Amino acid sequence: MDSKSPLENLHSIEPAISSSSRRSNFSIQSKASGGNSIREVNFSDLGSKPVRYGSRGADSETYSMSQKEINDEDARLVYINDSEKTNERFEFAGNSIRTGKYSILTFLPRNLFEQFHRVAYVYFLVIAILNQLPQLAVFGRGASIMPLAFVLLITAVKDAYEDYRRHRSDKIENNRLASVLVNDQFQQKKWKNIQVGEVIKIHANETIPCDMALLSTSDPTGVAYVQTINLDGESNLKTRYAKQETLLKIPEKEKVTGLIKCEKPNRNIYGFQANMEIDGKRLSLGPSNIILRGCELKNTAWVVGVAVYAGRETKAMLNSSGAPSKRSRLESQMNLEIIFLSLFLIALCTVVSVCAAVWLRHHRDELDYLPFYRRKDFSDPDEDEKDYNYYGWGMEIFFTFLMAVIVFQIMIPISLYISMELVRVGQAYFMIRDTEMYDESSNSRFQCRALNINEDLGQIKYVFSDKTGTLTENKMEFQCASIWGVDYSGGKVTSQEQHDGYFVQEDGKVLRPKMKVKTDPELLQFARRGKETKESSHVHDFFLALAACNTIVPLIVETSDPTVKLIDYQGESPDEQALVYAAAAYGFMLIERTSGHIVIDIQGERQRFNVLGMHEFDSDRKRMSVILGFPDKSVKIFVKGADTSMFSVIDRSYNMNVLRTTEAHLYSYSSLGLRTLVVGMRELSTSEFEEWHSAFEAASTALMGRAALLRKVASNIENNLYVLGASAIEDKLQRGVPEAIESLRTAGIKVWVLTGDKQETAISIGYSSKLLTSKMTQIIINSNSKDSCRKSLEDAIIMSKKLTTISGATNSTGGTSGVDLTPVALIIDGTSLVYILDSELEEMLFQLACNCSVVLCCRVAPLQKAGIVALVKNRTSDMTLAIGDGANDVSMIQMADVGVGISGQEGRQAVMASDFAMGQFRFLVPLLLVHGHWNYQRMGYMILYNFYRNAVFVLVLFWYVLFTCFTLTTAINEWSSVLYSVIYTSVPTIVVGILDKDLSRRMLLNYPQLYGAGQRQECYNRRLFWITMIDTLWQSAVVFFIPLLAYWGSTIDAPSIGDLWTLAVVILVNLHLAMDVIRWNWITHAAIWGSIIATCICIIVIDALPSLVGYWAIFEIAKTGLFWLCLLAIIVAALIPRFVVKVLYQLYTPCDVQIAREAEKFPSQMTSGAVELEMNAILDPPRR
Amino acid sequence: MEINTNGATTSSAAVGGGGGDSRFTQQELPACKPIVTPGLVITTFTIIGIIFIPMGLVSLSASEHVPKLMKSPVFIYYQLDSFYQNHRRYVKSRSDKQLRNKAAENETTTCDPEGRSQPDRAPIVPCGLIAWTLFNDTYGFSVRQKKIQVNKRNIAWDSDKGHKFGSNVFPKNFQTGGLIGGAQLDSSIPLSEQEDLIVWMRTAALPNFRKLYGRIEEDLQPNEEITVVIQNNYNTYSFGGRKELVLSTTSWIGGKNDFLGIAYITVGGLCLFFAVSFILLYVIKPRPLGDPSYLSWNKSPSGHPN
Repeated sequence: MDSKSPLENLHSIEPAISSSSRRSNFSIQSKASGGNSIREVNFSDLGSKPVRYGSRGADSETYSMSQKEINDEDARLVYINDSEKTNERFEFAGNSIRTGKYSILTFLPRNLFEQFHRVAYVYFLVIAILNQLPQLAVFGRGASIMPLAFVLLITAVKDAYEDYRRHRSDKIENNRLASVLVNDQFQQKKWKNIQVGEVIKIHANETIPCDMALLSTSDPTGVAYVQTINLDGESNLKTRYAKQETLLKIPEKEKVTGLIKCEKPNRNIYGFQANMEIDGKRLSLGPSNIILRGCELKNTAWVVGVAVYAGRETKAMLNSSGAPSKRSRLESQMNLEIIFLSLFLIALCTVVSVCAAVWLRHHRDELDYLPFYRRKDFSDPDEDEKDYNYYGWGMEIFFTFLMAVIVFQIMIPISLYISMELVRVGQAYFMIRDTEMYDESSNSRFQCRALNINEDLGQIKYVFSDKTGTLTENKMEFQCASIWGVDYSGGKVTSQEQHDGYFVQEDGKVLRPKMKVKTDPELLQFARRGKETKESSHVHDFFLALAACNTIVPLIVETSDPTVKLIDYQGESPDEQALVYAAAAYGFMLIERTSGHIVIDIQGERQRFNVLGMHEFDSDRKRMSVILGFPDKSVKIFVKGADTSMFSVIDRSYNMNVLRTTEAHLYSYSSLGLRTLVVGMRELSTSEFEEWHSAFEAASTALMGRAALLRKVASNIENNLYVLGASAIEDKLQRGVPEAIESLRTAGIKVWVLTGDKQETAISIGYSSKLLTSKMTQIIINSNSKDSCRKSLEDAIIMSKKLTTISGATNSTGGTSGVDLTPVALIIDGTSLVYILDSELEEMLFQLACNCSVVLCCRVAPLQKAGIVALVKNRTSDMTLAIGDGANDVSMIQMADVGVGISGQEGRQAVMASDFAMGQFRFLVPLLLVHGHWNYQRMGYMILYNFYRNAVFVLVLFWYVLFTCFTLTTAINEWSSVLYSVIYTSVPTIVVGILDKDLSRRMLLNYPQLYGAGQRQECYNRRLFWITMIDTLWQSAVVFFIPLLAYWGSTIDAPSIGDLWTLAVVILVNLHLAMDVIRWNWITHAAIWGSIIATCICIIVIDALPSLVGYWAIFEIAKTGLFWLCLLAIIVAALIPRFVVKVLYQLYTPCDVQIAREAEKFPSQMTSGAVELEMNAILDPPRR
Repeated sequence: MEINTNGATTSSAAVGGGGGDSRFTQQELPACKPIVTPGLVITTFTIIGIIFIPMGLVSLSASEHVPKLMKSPVFIYYQLDSFYQNHRRYVKSRSDKQLRNKAAENETTTCDPEGRSQPDRAPIVPCGLIAWTLFNDTYGFSVRQKKIQVNKRNIAWDSDKGHKFGSNVFPKNFQTGGLIGGAQLDSSIPLSEQEDLIVWMRTAALPNFRKLYGRIEEDLQPNEEITVVIQNNYNTYSFGGRKELVLSTTSWIGGKNDFLGIAYITVGGLCLFFAVSFILLYVIKPRPLGDPSYLSWNKSPSGHPN
């Protein structure tokens, strides 16, 4: 930075950012026509006429042409106050909503249909049906259906309950009341009966039932304030306007008729386009003229409007697309492996049936009298030569095949699905109970709302985060100020008086601001002195500017204490709120704002200022100004804005020293991550004012290009200012956010921030949250047309490629590689995204984004957020996670593989749509790095183990079939077959799936890189699957053939050897698990050894039933030494290969987790010094 | 292996709303974390080797022991090869209810086509293919013209005699059909005492099997010539099988079978081999446990080798 003069800094794009000498800025801005003016001034008159705050109607000039005709085919015609005529041609949707999935009639078929989307369920249904055929009845009837029926029932009950709750909330919503104009009178009507075209009156604090175009409001200037918290998550008030022409109409008295021609229902909550024909005049309506369902009317006594969209066609409903049921990636991968297993199963069955075919063919002449076959039935003397239970060669083969499927059915582990659900519940329990994810400030625990994607948390590669309320606390705080070149940043709350904050008396009542601001004592002294000295007069002007130059609306709020009233400052910009609160704390309390004047209490003295004109903020000028008429008839203009835009309009000749020091202060503030604004002022001479006034009048009544004209007027007056000072506001980051982002990035997760905020704010938060660093190169894309977008993207891709190749790295997408390149940060705004998303430019954006280690999207609409998530999700196989707190994040949360809601201040919508909800952003670190890692490892292992467990059993059955003339006899008792996956082996895998930890929490948090195991799919992949299957083959062969050879030609009977096989398999399978358990606590011990004991007990019980063939077999066989020798030999021989391979693997290609485990066990190896060294290696890219 | 009680690092902030955070909920239960160390590997293999080889030798000697003298009791077995007593049609063809309980003698549906006799369709007791194919060769033994008594009592399991075959169930209509499958039964003796039947009906697991025929309760001297008179009734041509007669004293390992001994010696030898190999491996190419330089992000700073 030393080499750079502060002035050079002015021309960098980001206003409030520290910059080091290594940083370079690239800005790709294409200035197409229009710009994006957000608000502008419409009318004004000298005091007498109320000033209108800029009508957003003018916005349509930029988003679309308001003068453009809406095609009749594309339009919806709404006849005001004539719903019959409106709905005559087309029946528009009524206002009732339905979010429930099922009705009573459709529940059973639909729910079953949805459940049977799981291929495994279909499979088991088919098996169960097959088993019902008498020729194929291998197992008992009930037993074959029970497991499936049980699973289906549990799921159906759960779904039914959830749907019932949805229906109930729909009913409540539909039966709310609103006053609707019927026969020239406002009557209460249920929401569900409201129709398009009806005129509705909404009172203060009521929720708006449908999307309405405003006709009139209680405010004489036609302003209405709405809170859109339910819609986009922003808690501040938004201003909406009724058209001047309809303002004075009173629907009860005179019949209002007219026609609104508006666009078809769409999801864009920031866009609306319509024409209204009324009294022969034609008016254009824009997004600022409608109020949307779900919003609340605030600070306005009433509004009257026409319903234009109702029910499911409202923007709110269109934006709340139903939550698609998510399936974890592990499960989708697993489904593929299940297909392999079914192929394997088919192969086994084919082998059996082919062998059976050969055998039958070979013995075809002997079958009749074969003592153990006896095809001929002589029992009926009347019918000679009848075959008993024989349907011909072909059919017998076919039956053999089907019976083989039934016998080998558990090759496809249905129990796995149940185990997975149980394990997920257990994992969820531990996530919920984790004290490190417990938010004390809101007393809220972690919430696990989706129960089937726990393990996805361990494989996340992209995190899409909202900013406001997610990264930040959404509480702006005035931190310090630089006034007239003096830095006041010693803000401390010390004395009692300061603790109480500033207040004023009004009619014996105390009026104090709602929020307290810490004040600087020195500055407070100056502020109190009024205009005594030169210094204090500057301080006076500065705070006057803060109190006046804004669009804040003060609201007086009653408190429980009747003598105390609070002033709540409401406005769209939280920064302005913070500034006004700060001004109030220093004794410049904004009391009242009407269209034409403001009242400010200055150190206990109430003063009234006429607001002569206001140039609202727009993103081209990046400043706003207000022209105040003082009580002493002087006229002054106060301007505040971003430093870059302000310094260009400041009179540099006036006071160079102040300017320099202010710049230095600004630099130091912004390097602290504070949001800075520069305040300037100028006194206007009468002639200047007159000139401005006429130009302003002309511009605000212009029909074409009004926005541009107004901007020009503003630019003409906002010059030659002298600088008063600068303010610094902190958008307080949540605790631990920078550290969390650091951890996530070290873990190889790409963090993208998608925010509705303006670019400057986003960037400054990017810096304070350590998302952006001074080493990064920024690529900024702000474009206003498709062509310029394309060009920007092309340039940016070339540049990013150049930057990444300069650093000599070739692999720019994988893993943590981002750290070694000159990192590139992409900053793109919503307007550009409009042209990029859903067009062929998407691909380019994706390529570009892949090269960037950070992506910041500003000014994005909710659906664009989802679009960006989809951009990544559809093009990579990487897992995405979206985290947000507002309703505007809902679509993104639903789109991402994993959606996380922050249960913050902004309503519950994000939480309702999310899969997981928590109180703070920083909990993402334990959630992903600890629980995600554990869950993934556990689930991955569990799936493999379950495949193995069932396959080994099936193979033992299969080997035996080869020695029974391929007739699917099982030596293993039928009951043992059923209990095998239920009692004998299920509990340990569930317990291990819930409780086992490969690494301690501390280790995982200290080394976020260990998270890579999940991203690289180390715990579950195709290779592991095949290795496991080969191992399975070996183990099953050992289990089967050792007893076979040992007992060949002996007196052994089937149930006895069956018991040996059962016991051997169960012990083997449990020891196999025991070999892989990493942490043995008493529960694990109990589960594994308990299962073996339970198996013994079960076998004993089964063999104690005289009605079964194997009566007393276990007791007889356990008496012989051979039995125990076999058992021991089986277990040792079966496990040796696995053990050897495991040891070799760990010795020569140890995975990170393995090393970390060893380090955990022998901590001497990884000293704290070594830790720091490694962390540094991550943080500092190698210098070249 | 040491018990590692992980120091609970969690802040002890009490979770609001009941419960409290136990070590259980924080997943910090005291646990033992065994890891595979070279010492453990080598010890395991050595121990297995040391145990298995002697065990293999003992079992080999036990089964290969050719007795000079066959001490009483000498067990007489008949052995059938390629007789699939485990064939699905065959194993299902019995009625356990009928065997146990006189009242259930009509329960013959599982026994078809040997469930009912002709022409009156009276229930056959014991029904089914298994009983129908009852082995009916008889053996007479004599040494130097002296007949040796064969004890045919207590050749079946007591549990079967006591609980599976009823003492009030008598054979009925057995082997009366046109096709005789095997032995006749004395209809005056209850099933619980028909020990040949009981032995036969404990169906063999494998196609080559032996069944106990009886016991010779006197010692047989070495090199003694035993004359066996065989009444060859049982038809093995129908299934292309073989019949054998086996005399055996029983060892603790149960009969003569070298397989297990060889298996034990092989496994034991293999384990010793692994033990030696791993000792060599650890000497030649050791890897310090927990060495951070093996971590993937330390090995290749340019990202993970995917």
